[in-house]
Amino acid sequence: MAAGLAHRMKLATEQSGGVLTLRLQGDWTIAQAAEIERELQSATPSGGQVRIDCSELKSLDLAAAWLIRRHLQAFEEQGAKVEFQGQRPSHFKFIEEMKEESGEEKPAATPANEPLRSAMISVGKFWVEQNERLRSALEFYGRVMLHTLTAFSSIKRLRLASVARQVYETGVQAIPIVALIAFLITLVIAYIGAQQLEDFGAEIYTVDLVTVGVLREMGVLLTAIIVAGRSGSAFAAEIGVMKLNDEVDALKSIGMNPYEVLVVPRVLGLVIALPLLTILADAMGLAGGALLCSLLLDISYPQFIARVQDALAPTTFWAGFIKAPAFAVLIAMTGTYRGMQVRDSSRELGRLTTVAVVQSIFLVIFANAIFAIIYLQIKF
Amino acid sequence: MSDNTPIISIRGVVNRFGSQVIHDGVDLDVRAGEVMGIVGGSGSGKSVLLRTMLGLQRPKSGTVSMEGRDITAMSEKDLMHVKQRYGVTFQHGALFTALTVAENVQLPMREHFHLEDALLKTLTELRLRMVGLPVEAGEKLPSQLSGGMIKRAGLARALALDPKILFLDEPTSGLDPISAAAFDKLVLYLQKSLKLTIVMITHDLDTIMATCDRVAVLVDKKMVVDTLEKIVQNPHPWIQEYFHGPRARAAQA
Repeated sequence: MAAGLAHRMKLATEQSGGVLTLRLQGDWTIAQAAEIERELQSATPSGGQVRIDCSELKSLDLAAAWLIRRHLQAFEEQGAKVEFQGQRPSHFKFIEEMKEESGEEKPAATPANEPLRSAMISVGKFWVEQNERLRSALEFYGRVMLHTLTAFSSIKRLRLASVARQVYETGVQAIPIVALIAFLITLVIAYIGAQQLEDFGAEIYTVDLVTVGVLREMGVLLTAIIVAGRSGSAFAAEIGVMKLNDEVDALKSIGMNPYEVLVVPRVLGLVIALPLLTILADAMGLAGGALLCSLLLDISYPQFIARVQDALAPTTFWAGFIKAPAFAVLIAMTGTYRGMQVRDSSRELGRLTTVAVVQSIFLVIFANAIFAIIYLQIKF
Repeated sequence: MSDNTPIISIRGVVNRFGSQVIHDGVDLDVRAGEVMGIVGGSGSGKSVLLRTMLGLQRPKSGTVSMEGRDITAMSEKDLMHVKQRYGVTFQHGALFTALTVAENVQLPMREHFHLEDALLKTLTELRLRMVGLPVEAGEKLPSQLSGGMIKRAGLARALALDPKILFLDEPTSGLDPISAAAFDKLVLYLQKSLKLTIVMITHDLDTIMATCDRVAVLVDKKMVVDTLEKIVQNPHPWIQEYFHGPRARAAQA
C-alpha cells in the first residue's frame, strides 16, 4: 500500500453496562505493531463481556491478529467472555488451527538457581575446555610434523606445485610492501640515532646502529609481522572457508589427507619465503640507512659500506637470518590451525582469522625474546 | 483488487551478460492469490528472472510491475517499500549463520520497524509456529538445524513482515520426499489461509502437481505460461520431455 493511502490505526473503546466494545479502525498491520500493543494494553475489561467490532477495519495482517488474540486470551483468563460482532477475520481461524496443530506452548522450566553448583560447573567446564584445547593443539602440531616428515619420503607427496604457489603468494607478492616498510622504518631509526649520537660527536656510529639493528632484529621481525598479518590471515580464511563448504571433508573422502594437502605446503612455502623476504628487508634497511647517512651526515656511500663492514661481526647477519624459518613455522602453523578449527558459521571464520593474526604476531615477538636470551647466554 | 488484475506483470524483459542473451522478451503475469510455478532447464535463467522480479537486478530492457508500479524505473527508496511487501526464501536457506533462528526471523522486523524486545519475541513465536517449528528451535544456530528445518526457518524469515507475495526458490530441493510433501502442504495451507500470491522456482514435479495453479516454462529465452493441464499438452520438445520423461511418469504414477 502506498504511504499516502495508509489509514491510521485506532482503537475506540466503549464501556456500557458490563460490556466493553473494542472498535478496531484503520490499518492493523505489523507496521503499527508497537501502537497496537500499547492501545490493547490500555484496554481493560471491567465487566464480564468483551465485544470486538471489526467492521471499520481497513486491513489486518497476521501479526496484528496474533497480538489481538493474545490480549483476548488474557481477557478470557480474567473471566471475561469474548465475542466478535459480525464477521470474525479469517486470520483468527488460522491462529486457532495453528494452535490446535502444535498445542499450547508451555513456558520452559528454568533450572533452579544454585550459585555453588553453577560455580562448580563453570570451573569444571573451564578446565575441561583447556584440556581439550591443549590436546587438540598438540594433536595438530604432531600431525603436521609427521606429515612434513613423510612428505619428504616421495616427490609426489611433497606437492611441489602447491609449495611453489605458496612461495609465490606469501613471498613474491609480499615483496613491495616488505621492501617499502623495511626502508621507511630504518630511515626513522637512522634519523633518531643520528640526532642522538650527534650530541656526542659520534654520528658515525649511526651506521653501526643501523647495521646491527637491522640485520639482527628489525629486518626479520618486521618481515615476520607483515607476513603474519598478510599470510596468517589468508591461511586461516582459506582453510576456514573450505571447512565451511565441506571441502575438507570432500578431500578426505577422495582419500587425500588435508594436512598433507593444505597444511604442509603452506608451512614449507612460508619456511622458504620468509627467509628470502628477510634478506630483502635487510638489504632495503641498509639502503635506507645509507640514504639517510648521505643526506643528513655527509657519509658517502663508499664510506658507509666500509663502515658497515667494520661493524659486522661474522654472526650478525646469521643471528637475524636463522630466526626467519622459526618464525615462518610459527605463523604458518597458527594460521592453518585456526583455519582448521572453523566450523558452522561466518562469525567463527572472522573470529578465528583474527585470532590467527593476533596470536601469530604475539608468538613471533615472544619467540624473538627467547632468541635474544639464548643469544645472550651463548654470546652469539 | 479483482482476481484478474495481475499482481506481478513482466513485459518484454531482456537480460544479457556480455554477448550471452539470457532472456529475450519474457512476458509473465502473476494473478493475485495464485501459485505460479516457474520451471526451465539448468541455465535457462530462472534465477536471473527471480532476481529481476525482486529488483536485485535491473533488466537491459522491459518492465517489471509489482502491484501496478514499475520496479525497474524506481528509486532505491521506493524499491525499499516494495521489498517490504514480499518475502523470499533461497535455495540453500541463506540464513545468517552467525545469528540464531529467532534473530534471523527478527532481523527484517528490527530493520523496518521500531519494536520492543518483548513484542519481537511474541511475533517471533508466531512466525516459528506458523511454519511448524517448535519455539525452542529459535534458540538454535542454523548449523544445528536439519535441512527441512532450515527451509522452514527460511520461510519464517520470509514471512516476518506479513508479505502479500512470497517468492520461493527451489523450496523442496534437498529434502526427502516426505519432508518435501509436508513442506508443500505447509506452503499451500499458508497460501490459502493468508491469501498469499506465490511464485516458486522448482524442479520438483510432485511440488508442481501438488501446489501450482499455473506453470510458466522458460524455453528458448521466452516464457510459455499455462495451466498445468494445458501445458503438459504443449508440443514444445523440452516441455514434452519435462512433463512426459521417465521422471515425470514416475511422479504422475
